[in-house]
Amino acid sequence: MTEPTTLADWKGMYRALWRIRIFEGQVQRLAAAGEVPGFPHLSTGQEAVAVGVCAHLTREDALFTGHRGHGHTLAKGSDVQAAFAEILGRDSGLCRGRGGSMHLVDAANGMLGATGVVAGNLPLAAGAAWAFQTRGATTISVVFFGDGATGAGVFHETLNLAALWKLPILFVCENNGYAEFTSREEHSNVKQVSAFAAPYGMPARTIDGNDLIVVHAAAGDAVAALRHGSGPYLLECMTYRMAGHYVGDAQHYRSKEELAAIKEKCPIERLKRRLIEWGARESELDALGEEARQEVLHGVERARASPPPDPATVLEYVYSAPSLAAPSRVNS
Amino acid sequence: MSRTFIEILRRALDEELGRDPAVHLLGEDVAAGGAFGVTSGLAQKYGTQRVRNTPISEAAITGIATGAALCGLRPVLEIMFIDFATLALDCLVNQSAKYRYMSGGQLAVPMVVRTQAGAAGGAAAQHSQSLEAWFIHVPGLIVVAPSSPVEAYGLLKSAVRLGDPVLFIEHKRLYTLKEALPVDAELPPIGHARVARVGTDVTLIAYSAMVRNALEAADELSRSDLSVEVLDLRTLAPLDMATIGASVSKTHRVVIAHEAVESGGLGAEISARIGSDLFDELDAPVTRVACPFSPIPFAPGLEQALLPGTANIVRAVRSVLG
Repeated sequence: MTEPTTLADWKGMYRALWRIRIFEGQVQRLAAAGEVPGFPHLSTGQEAVAVGVCAHLTREDALFTGHRGHGHTLAKGSDVQAAFAEILGRDSGLCRGRGGSMHLVDAANGMLGATGVVAGNLPLAAGAAWAFQTRGATTISVVFFGDGATGAGVFHETLNLAALWKLPILFVCENNGYAEFTSREEHSNVKQVSAFAAPYGMPARTIDGNDLIVVHAAAGDAVAALRHGSGPYLLECMTYRMAGHYVGDAQHYRSKEELAAIKEKCPIERLKRRLIEWGARESELDALGEEARQEVLHGVERARASPPPDPATVLEYVYSAPSLAAPSRVNS
Repeated sequence: MSRTFIEILRRALDEELGRDPAVHLLGEDVAAGGAFGVTSGLAQKYGTQRVRNTPISEAAITGIATGAALCGLRPVLEIMFIDFATLALDCLVNQSAKYRYMSGGQLAVPMVVRTQAGAAGGAAAQHSQSLEAWFIHVPGLIVVAPSSPVEAYGLLKSAVRLGDPVLFIEHKRLYTLKEALPVDAELPPIGHARVARVGTDVTLIAYSAMVRNALEAADELSRSDLSVEVLDLRTLAPLDMATIGASVSKTHRVVIAHEAVESGGLGAEISARIGSDLFDELDAPVTRVACPFSPIPFAPGLEQALLPGTANIVRAVRSVLG
């Protein structure tokens, strides 16, 4: 975004935060009711990173995310109903019920994939960036990952290669302080993820990921530089996972005080206070939140009403051609 | 004019690079020709952006090839030895193989991973394995293993043009083998086996370098008036059971030969399928010739003692003809 950000833009992003918050709340509600198969992971509390970064992306830019990727998918422009239907395993879902919560793909919106293997998405995003680089395009690739991914060797391999090849890729670390149930202090001596970038000659910053205005500014600078061929950038966003690791996680590893403090850091509340300071009326902000709620609830209900995939189609999409459906039978 | 397996692979890659600007080569040392010289001279011809050296980072480079394939390139990645593909298993098994399926057909991974396998010349336990059985177990992956230079030429070109991730396994023992390339040869389709020699008494199923041992064995047995039909599988996944079935229905006896260890090998899969689909056709138990359950040793005498060869195949065929 080269034009200055207007109050109307901020209000749009405020609505986008609520869209994700309500969506995740619905996933949580329906998962508790047994309607969601598998292991959904919620991004509640981390919305500002998704919205602040994706505000700068075009539909053509590639986005990759991990197991906690509902928010990124919505922020990249996916339709609520199609995303929710996928999480419910319905035929009208983004992936026709083949992917689910941890494997959302919305190719038409440049959402090229969530992967359920921590750090597995990093080189895929670098590959997309390489493809863009070969075409001389200004399109960029963005990958979201958690601080837990830095424990994987492929994180370091990918940083090295991206820097070496000057790939147009933005690494966005959502440092929520926990790798699953284990705090960062217990799994690395390296406190800040951004520190890993310097040895590879990659610029990096650590920012407050729960302040949308900060995320938006930092991501805007990084994306603009990337489009001019500056090479990769690592943006570490300090954030808080308001929910547990997965739906149903009792979070015994967190103290009551910590859980209470997290509420204070809510990115939606923080943006609301700022926008009111800047002249927005509380009532209109509440109306935007309500509008987002209605959009999501409407999408969720339509998703719930849509049918599951036809079991007869279970073998579709394994290979490019039915003739390769493995293995061919005798006399076929 | 005769060319080696390596030269013929290079020619296939050269032609595909020239034909389609989406084709890109990457891997350790490929711009310098690669460890075995397969890509020699191609960086000079097409530039180092299209024939790209990588660090020794198998996990990342396999992921990069996969991500690039999602975005319109047709990468041909070289993994120097199949033993090192173990470092890229997350990507191959969890990402590349499943992308089309998990995305409900929105995305595809048209990528070839060229790798080199098999035992020869004391390469020892970490540079000699035949690990193809691991990969045939993964839905979404195509596994191809050519048996000769001419076969490799056509199969590699077909693999590059396919819309799926292909593991293309080259046997190091074949690299110096020479053949003349026929003019205007049709490209072999992926997923189809080849009858390498027509026979009537027994079906001998092989792939990769073992096809040469199978043909030698068939020659030797023909001197005893035994007619051996040799099938060259070419594509290991998905398996062409139709061609196998047609041959077994004719000969009623089967020997399967491969260099990989017998336990959990491709022979077990083929044998089980013949047992369930063609039980009434069989006049003898399906017999396997394969490596004993051991790592590949270093000392030449030990390596030779372990590897199955032509003599093992001849004995197995004679036993099923009992």
